[in-house]
Amino acid sequence: MSRIEKRFAQLKADKRAGLVAYISAGDPDAPLGYQILKGLPAAGADLIELGMPFTDPMADGPSVQLAGQRALKAGITVDATFDMVRRFRKEVDNDTPILLMGYYNLVYQRGAERFCKEAAEAGVDGFILVDLPPEEAGALKPHAEANGIDTVLLTAPTTDDKRLPAVLKYAAGFVYFVSVLGTTGTKSATEEAVRTHVSRIKSHTKLPVAVGFGIKTPEQAAAVARHADAAVVGSAIVDQVKAALDGNGKPKPDLVAGLLAFVKSLAEGVRSVKKA
Amino acid sequence: MPDTPNTYRRGPDERGHFGIFGGRYVAETLMPLILDLEKAYNEAKADPAFQNELKYLAKHYAGRPSPLYHASRLTKHLGGAKVYFKREELNHTGSHKINNVLGQVLLAKRMGKTRVIAETGAGQHGVATATACALFDIPCVVFMGATDVDRQAPNVARMHMLGAEVRPVKAGAATLKDAMNEALRDWVATCETTFYCIGTVAGPHPYPEMVRDFQCVIGDETRAQMHEAEGRLPDTLVACIGGGSNAMGLFHPFLDDPGVRIVGVEAAGHGLETGQHAASLTGGRPGVLHGNLTYLLQDDEGQITEAHSISAGLDYPGIGPEHSWLKEQGRVEYVSATDDEALAAFQVLCKLEGIIPALESAHALAHVLKLAPTLPKDNLLVMNLSGRGDKDVPQVAARLGMKA
Repeated sequence: MSRIEKRFAQLKADKRAGLVAYISAGDPDAPLGYQILKGLPAAGADLIELGMPFTDPMADGPSVQLAGQRALKAGITVDATFDMVRRFRKEVDNDTPILLMGYYNLVYQRGAERFCKEAAEAGVDGFILVDLPPEEAGALKPHAEANGIDTVLLTAPTTDDKRLPAVLKYAAGFVYFVSVLGTTGTKSATEEAVRTHVSRIKSHTKLPVAVGFGIKTPEQAAAVARHADAAVVGSAIVDQVKAALDGNGKPKPDLVAGLLAFVKSLAEGVRSVKKA
Repeated sequence: MPDTPNTYRRGPDERGHFGIFGGRYVAETLMPLILDLEKAYNEAKADPAFQNELKYLAKHYAGRPSPLYHASRLTKHLGGAKVYFKREELNHTGSHKINNVLGQVLLAKRMGKTRVIAETGAGQHGVATATACALFDIPCVVFMGATDVDRQAPNVARMHMLGAEVRPVKAGAATLKDAMNEALRDWVATCETTFYCIGTVAGPHPYPEMVRDFQCVIGDETRAQMHEAEGRLPDTLVACIGGGSNAMGLFHPFLDDPGVRIVGVEAAGHGLETGQHAASLTGGRPGVLHGNLTYLLQDDEGQITEAHSISAGLDYPGIGPEHSWLKEQGRVEYVSATDDEALAAFQVLCKLEGIIPALESAHALAHVLKLAPTLPKDNLLVMNLSGRGDKDVPQVAARLGMKA
């Protein structure tokens, strides 16, 4: 059983939804980025999405764009990202699933086979590649499978019932429902829209469904938790980094503690919902 | 795909691939919309009513056919090949961009879209899109890098006059790549009502194929006009390449004529050896950006590096995927010209032929100045004079220390 499968089984047994916390790897720099990563499980993150910074994040709104720029400026590479995961597995835990999120070119340049092998060795459980729809995923899928890595695919409000099965055929781990039309961290979906789309997706698959984009508060996280298996929060978390930088971009002393306290409040929101 | 195809004109395959290049590397939100667009385009392509409307507009609104002009003074000056210009700069709006835009905006109307967005570098595509949107009464938003807004001020004013909203993009180097990122971000939020009018033969399938088809009028006319003028095919074709739409439009109808030598000219900026250039095919390697797999300027990891060119329209770290494929097939030669060479060529054309070319087209001319003298006098060379230089007058005047 993979870490992702185990975690969702545990959430089910605990009768609650999970919190998926997104951070940009090495934001605002490698040491602080690792301190944040290290603190996420204790703050209540059930799964972690680690963003691989990319120069041209076309699907991201301003918050995640800035987070990636801070990390790139700090010199974060793919190897540095793998190192963080390796260290996390050694020093923190061997249970919390970690997914790499980002854009396909970084995978393509390393070669899909080598990338999957190195990611798996570091302790990565899944990929969420924003610009790799099922139509192009064929080049990656066999290598991901061979290395026990789940390719989490995105579905959107525009993914209709006719297209859903074709997307789900390539999905593994869980399904990530992008709840609004737009980039990350901009608009928010209504609870009714989340309910309708999640039940529609669940009629096509047995995989857990996580919902993301536009979830910014513990209350919104709780509303999503009522209908989905997990709520994904990204922009609002990386905004905590931005808020804790001074005018010169230097981190204030309470950056890590402040961010983790915010994650804790989101986790409490998610955990306030008891599920059948 | 076999090593030596018996035609170079069959691509892309049904999934939008030219060999390994092309494809549809977009967010899932856009995928269903791109599939719709492909279907709508294929239906429009086969519909005589659509084709007739486009032909009517091309003739009576854009002013086609554009002339094939024998540049006799330049020919004499160079002392080699007989140089012809395909005068795309005489089209309405001042460049080849209108050919594609009329097709796409007609398609947007046909699909019931109520808003059009576009990215632009030099502003030629932005102006063309703003023009077509004024004609068809559709709201238009053009994304343009803030650097380009400054260096192509006349085109920004034109877009405003035509009723378009110009959104300056400040991210990155604030040039064409950043404008395209921002246009894609807008599209993902508005895709149900908005048509994204891409200006070049790049982006996710079906754009590279669709834009190429709309631009092929350049090569088709050239073929007929050269036959009328000289009774035979041209020997050499030269065009500049940013994304590569004017070049593809000229080249594609001749790809299966083995006697026609075809040369694409990329922007070498400060020089290939400086690393400050926009020559993706010469200085880059295959990667994925903006919806397609193609040659890109990037570092070892795959982070995209900033392009540099004096010409805003060529200042882009990628290139259309079909060009990447033609390079690997060896069917088209890809060379480059520097900022300084383009500026020198710009002045040659002003003085010898009384034509002020766009800085983009001046790159093609810079190569013609090198190539033509090495060719025999009976070599028929056609250069695509893709745009006029009005928009570049303030920038070039400043650069040459003239009073504007």
